[in-house]
Amino acid sequence: MASIEVDLSPVKEGQAITVMWRGKPVFIRNRTAEEIKQANAVDVKTLIDTRADNAALPEATVATDANRVVKGKENWLVLVGICTHLGCIPKGQSIADAKGDFGGWFCPCHGSHYDTSGRIRKGPAPRNMDIPVYSFLSDTKIKVG
Amino acid sequence: MSGHSTYEPKSNTAKWFDERLPLARLVHDSFVAFPTPRNLNYMWTFGGILSLCLVAQIVTGIILAMHYVPNDQMAFDSVQAIKRDVNYGWLIQPMHAVGASMFFIAVYLHIFRGLYYGSYKAPREILWILGVFIFLAMMATGFLGYTLPWGQMSFWGATVITNLFSSLDGVIPGMGTAIVTWLWGGFAVGNPTLNRFFSLHYLLPFVIFGIVILHVWALHVVGQNNPTGLEIKQPSDAVPMYPYAITKDLFAMFVFLIPFAYFIFIMPDYLGHADNYIPADPLVTPPHIVPEWYFLPFYAILRAIPSKLGGVVAMLAAIIVLVFIPWLDTSRVRSAKYRPIFRWFFWYFVFTCLALGYLGAMPAEQPYIFWAQFFTFSYFAFFLLVMPIVGIIETPSRLPRSITESVLGKGHGGGGGQVPAGAATGPEKR
Repeated sequence: MASIEVDLSPVKEGQAITVMWRGKPVFIRNRTAEEIKQANAVDVKTLIDTRADNAALPEATVATDANRVVKGKENWLVLVGICTHLGCIPKGQSIADAKGDFGGWFCPCHGSHYDTSGRIRKGPAPRNMDIPVYSFLSDTKIKVG
Repeated sequence: MSGHSTYEPKSNTAKWFDERLPLARLVHDSFVAFPTPRNLNYMWTFGGILSLCLVAQIVTGIILAMHYVPNDQMAFDSVQAIKRDVNYGWLIQPMHAVGASMFFIAVYLHIFRGLYYGSYKAPREILWILGVFIFLAMMATGFLGYTLPWGQMSFWGATVITNLFSSLDGVIPGMGTAIVTWLWGGFAVGNPTLNRFFSLHYLLPFVIFGIVILHVWALHVVGQNNPTGLEIKQPSDAVPMYPYAITKDLFAMFVFLIPFAYFIFIMPDYLGHADNYIPADPLVTPPHIVPEWYFLPFYAILRAIPSKLGGVVAMLAAIIVLVFIPWLDTSRVRSAKYRPIFRWFFWYFVFTCLALGYLGAMPAEQPYIFWAQFFTFSYFAFFLLVMPIVGIIETPSRLPRSITESVLGKGHGGGGGQVPAGAATGPEKR
């Protein structure tokens, strides 16, 4: 229901865009190799929320970076850009934004820090940012929802 | 106190009506001849003031609704059009916005009066509980109304508060999210949300009106409390509502209109938030989301508890606890005027509420978090510890023998029931 198609070709490595889907912002980031490495280096057991929160995967799936992206397209991180605490929009999409202590996103409302996989690492938010249902229609186009 | 009716229809028409629909009799018995304690102070005028506020909000609201558009693309501009183009819109819109704040100032003073003088104690328990329901309906109405201008605070306040229901996911997985989606009418706060909030905002004041009728009815069955907490026992304890209480109420309403007018004409936006002059943007979160001032104490309690569900439960409990006060307070003396220990705790409770209000406006960081938790504890301790315990251990001061004695001094109204010479209890006879 309420699907959108997004053209990813203008989004270069290290850049991010925000699209509106179902009235909510969806962050799409073309991650650098460094950011992917950082995300993979985290021990899942140390996370505040150990579940992948990926709509395409079962509830209990663990929050490894691999479970937060599509295989073969690990540089693309697509997540619902709403802080899981009380619903503010975290900062981190633009180059000049504060990205928090873990290089991902930072929510200015109550100080939640998300990492380069969009997982909550510090602050009052209880869950990782949600990964919506999405699929690649081609190498440069995705359908969200 | 319901006594025997003293109404006598004066004309044949009046008699004809009285035999078919005794409305004039009801008005006479309830608001003209009704015996009111002779010692009521100005803290007893807020009932009348609140009725004035309710009528003012309804009248200005209905006029605003003739020009306001409840659509996310047009709402903000329609409010600006009211302020600029609609005849007297420059007056009616601030009357409504400021009126909401004045409504809450009056209701808080009214509630604190009840707490101080023990107006919640038997036989006024139902009167008190109806009051709590009115307060809840007022809060819902105020919240809904604030979303309507569709500014940044309107939108984000709506998002934050409706999101609170998602904490129910901790009780039954998925239930909270389902409820929030149902409330929103979509996947996020949007046009369906605004439209239904407008509908409910129009509805609730009339629900309030209905509960107020029950509230006034319950009051007239048991009679008003008074600063001594003693019941009316003899005719000299009371005066007829008209002209005494009516004129006192009217005078108080005029005094109330002075700050009301000052805000409307000199600083109409002072009690609001500047960010609400920015049209709602779902992609930009304001740096500090705060509700209107009258919700700040409850907002502070909500944020004081680290758990999401815990915060919601505490915030609701802060209001629901009021329902149980008639049974939590164990004192056999009603009025804090004669309760020296309780009085101290009462003023500390007032300070607690003011502190929580201040803390609700502060960012959710230390040291404010610690103090919000401290005063949240104080808030609940007043109801759950002070009221039950102090009532039992306190020795009250000596009560006067009657209301009349408290007014005229010892040697008067000791129980004889004579009206002292010169003390009129009816309109002046010339």
